[in-house]
Amino acid sequence: MANTTIFDYGAGNLLSLKTALEKTGLTTTIATTKEDLTQADAIALPGVGNFTASLEKLAPVKETLHTKAKEGTPILGICLGLQLFFQTSQEGPGEGLALFKGEVKQLPTTTVKVPHMGWNTLNIKKPTELLEDITEGTYVYFVHSLYPNPEDPTIVATQTHYGQTFTSAIAQKNIYGTQFHPEKSGEAGIQILKNFAKIIVR
Amino acid sequence: MPLAKRIIPCLDVDHGQVVKCINFQNPKSAGAPTEMAKRYSDDGADELVFLDIIASSEKRDIMRKYVQDVAKTINIPFTVGGGIRSVSDARLILCSGADKVSVNTAAVENPNLITELADAFGRQCVVCAIDVKRNPNTPTNAKNTVKTTEGTVWFEVVTYGGRKPTGIDALTWATNAEKLGAGEFLITSMDKDGTKDGYDLELTRNISERVNVPIIASGGAGEPKHLYDVFTEGKADAALAASIFHYNNCPIPKVKDYLHKMGVTIRQ
Repeated sequence: MANTTIFDYGAGNLLSLKTALEKTGLTTTIATTKEDLTQADAIALPGVGNFTASLEKLAPVKETLHTKAKEGTPILGICLGLQLFFQTSQEGPGEGLALFKGEVKQLPTTTVKVPHMGWNTLNIKKPTELLEDITEGTYVYFVHSLYPNPEDPTIVATQTHYGQTFTSAIAQKNIYGTQFHPEKSGEAGIQILKNFAKIIVR
Repeated sequence: MPLAKRIIPCLDVDHGQVVKCINFQNPKSAGAPTEMAKRYSDDGADELVFLDIIASSEKRDIMRKYVQDVAKTINIPFTVGGGIRSVSDARLILCSGADKVSVNTAAVENPNLITELADAFGRQCVVCAIDVKRNPNTPTNAKNTVKTTEGTVWFEVVTYGGRKPTGIDALTWATNAEKLGAGEFLITSMDKDGTKDGYDLELTRNISERVNVPIIASGGAGEPKHLYDVFTEGKADAALAASIFHYNNCPIPKVKDYLHKMGVTIRQ
């Protein structure tokens, strides 16, 4: 059976992601060390916390994550986990994993209520295995104040509109990321995690 | 498409069982938390709120247990409130699988709690619940007065499940709580709670216009039209209801169909 290693880098609700991944038939391991990550069949970087604070926790495993990314290990970043794939963030100083070029930016607070909290729709920009059987306009659950702004438009899998249009999912080779929370997105979310499970066993 | 308006069934919990109260009194049993959570989630609820009506320290273990069970059962967001007085209380609930915690009396008595929670877990985890009662205005006080269909009133914060008037103006408290770090407000009208004759639209609108975080309206839902009113006239981002869903007299799909037909953006 395929296993996903959930990297625990501090505060946050790992239980819901763990439970949701297990509903897809995957087993899960919660990891805190470099050694745990080295062994991983697949890695999930979960969602809650502050960009700069998370970088400290991520520093000891940064190289390992780069190696795993290059080796082709499926990696799924959720919310902040996705934001950490990029170079910098308006949330605070520090260099992210920089798997992709681009900055993490603040949603506009003058035109909409921030955080963007609730169910919003996906506008699909390119086909990806992660979103198999997910149709245009599917509702998923968001809780965030920042969004990733990739320099390379070809990695964008979906966009969502809230005050402005922003990237809500990315997919590039073995690297996947969602700004929304599949573990909190009901049936649609479970489908996305099932797709990730399929990618792992492939 | 704009952000969907959220429909949030509320489950009042006492001794680990869901109960229904009228005007915060006379609890009546309505089922087990996991059972009801599953049913609502399957029915299309966008989120759930669990409020422990008489939470106390000796019940922490009961709370942790049902929160864990609910987290394993559903995969939509849920908030837990009742008896959360410190960061460590909140951590226990969040680590058991809840997405947000709601604070009410404890935050009124110690506003710094909101900041501490926001610093520890992020403001998106912190729901500031405010119970409110209308008061006829007296010319000498300096509260925010609001002209309503019932004449000029001010909105007073009440604590301890509605038992204690505080003299605090709810509109002022909401703007302060937002500055302190509240990520969302759950506004319950004590006047409307349990009446089934509609939300306090003036209350909800006045708070919604003053803060830049989402507002969940609560108290008074008796039919789908009431939700429509609170989303439009009341400017609420989410509507919380209990009894109309509990006894199945108005299931969530029926409410959502109605709202959709009326042009409200809703997740279906």
